[in-house]
Amino acid sequence: MFRSKSSAILVAAFVVALLMQPLAQAQNYGIGHPAGERDLAAWNIDVAADGAGLPKGRGTPEIGRNIYAQQCAACHGVKGEGGLADQLVGGKGSLATAKPVKTIGSFWPYATTVFDFINRAMPYNAPQSLSADEVYSVTAYLLYLNGIVADNAVLDAQSLPKVRMPNRDGFVNDSRPDTSNVACRKNCRPSSTAQP
Amino acid sequence: MSSKTNPEAGRRRFLRGGAGLGGALVGASLTTGVRAEPLTVAPWSKTPGEPVLWHPYGQPSPYEKNVVRRSRGTTPLPGANSSMTPLQNLHGIITPTGLVFERHHAGIPQIDPDQHRLAVHGLVERPTIFTMEDLVRLPSVSRIHFLECSGNTGREWKGPGTASLQFSHGLLSCCEWTGVPLSVVLEEVGIKPEGVWILAEGADSASMTRSIPLSKALDDALLVYAQNGERLRPEHGYPLRLFLPGFEGNMSVKWLRRLKVGREPFMTREETSKYTDSMPDGTARQFTFLMETKSVITFPAPDHRLKEKGFYEISGLAWTGRGRIKRVDVSTDGGRSWSVAQLQEPVLDRALTRFRFPWRWDGAPTVLQSRAVDETGYVQPKATQLVEARGVESNYHFNAIQSWKVASDGVITNVQV
Repeated sequence: MFRSKSSAILVAAFVVALLMQPLAQAQNYGIGHPAGERDLAAWNIDVAADGAGLPKGRGTPEIGRNIYAQQCAACHGVKGEGGLADQLVGGKGSLATAKPVKTIGSFWPYATTVFDFINRAMPYNAPQSLSADEVYSVTAYLLYLNGIVADNAVLDAQSLPKVRMPNRDGFVNDSRPDTSNVACRKNCRPSSTAQP
Repeated sequence: MSSKTNPEAGRRRFLRGGAGLGGALVGASLTTGVRAEPLTVAPWSKTPGEPVLWHPYGQPSPYEKNVVRRSRGTTPLPGANSSMTPLQNLHGIITPTGLVFERHHAGIPQIDPDQHRLAVHGLVERPTIFTMEDLVRLPSVSRIHFLECSGNTGREWKGPGTASLQFSHGLLSCCEWTGVPLSVVLEEVGIKPEGVWILAEGADSASMTRSIPLSKALDDALLVYAQNGERLRPEHGYPLRLFLPGFEGNMSVKWLRRLKVGREPFMTREETSKYTDSMPDGTARQFTFLMETKSVITFPAPDHRLKEKGFYEISGLAWTGRGRIKRVDVSTDGGRSWSVAQLQEPVLDRALTRFRFPWRWDGAPTVLQSRAVDETGYVQPKATQLVEARGVESNYHFNAIQSWKVASDGVITNVQV
């Protein structure tokens, strides 16, 4: 396989060197501090669409109703109809109309995103103050208000990713450029009949 | 003191409304051709001025006090708002740091840089936590790039929606950004082969998150700690922000604290329910990262008024997320004919480009427009073409040709023709 004994020795020496320093090879500068899962835990809160990252705990619409009333209703309305902050409920069937109403029920493609956003950013004046059980419950209540889960639903790390959102398939890829203007120079036609 | 020696009085008389032209025309209260008043020696020429270190951190002249960021209004949650750059007052291509637009989702955190950390983990060989001191030790670069909110000009989808250039186009700035290429840090931690997307997360109380394609992260993304030569300001992400040249502004996550490498996009709130572009058929375009080619005349604009006919230099800005601006055409007759504007060097990759065009106003009503062409040949669209392609509910990424109507009294308004 090797053309000479010496090149075989060189390769062997290289392999040994690799084994001796398995990780240092690709590091150019050796700057930064190695961190384990425990070191990262307090910030490692993201929840993926497949449910990865969901914490232990569980919640129901019934429990969520009270938490919502105390923590959310002042900005989002008693029944999620909106107010100081976004409308969260309703808008079903409105997306293709002249007045699309984009709510959790009508627009959001993943139930896991509801959990993730409440968990990281809500309530606005005290984010990351709710327990996992409370976030599951508020999520359950909002999905219940939107007619997506039943009033006796129990949401946890297993059941939440299985919730199918109505607009799950409503998103498409960027297809720009989607215009093809021509740089007319003389005797051009303005786009409409409006006169200056 | 007569108005001849009081610039503020002259300024008030000359300018309509609160937002002026800046210093350029202060004192120009005489119309062309009227005999000049004899010169007098001003008070500031007869007494020594302010001492050195008058302001240890320099400030504009008090006469420029109207050159400020403005917000369309208050919001119920004051930290979830935006303010606009006064493009009508600016010259050249660099936005002074104190005038760079703002868009926050939950206010401006006041971060102690000694306590700030950047965690890089997920599908990497060596999960690592960096201090600011660590990051500043790494090889750095400086680049001049524009930053534009994808919502900039978003009020124009259903016809003219704003009364001034500052409010129509002011979610736009251009700075020199200094930091570490993200590729340097990613190489340091070692991306696993299955890693394709990176979650970027801020340390603000929104813990703002967006998913970044690994290809962009390795190509030209920066971990920025300095802006226009000094450390970032708190409202722009101090002490560390992501910067993605040519991409919509919200992806350049401010107060950056965490990067997590994953297989799939993370489908965060800001890339599903927000920052997606609704189409007439009810679908929404997702991951519309690129800021397309755009231009606007910044003088004259509705924030100004032309006092008399005669010569003016039309000036404006052009930019594209695709690379460099190749050409800007200007029309002074509502789009019937177009002429090539002069581009001010340097014309930089994904930076604002200043264009200029000499114009002699005959005093008759007309409409001024600019049209940018980028190096790929893409031509800035008409509003009607955008609406035909996307309807009027997509909120973001409106990059149409802007029309300013000049009335016979010199008042300028926002129109669509």
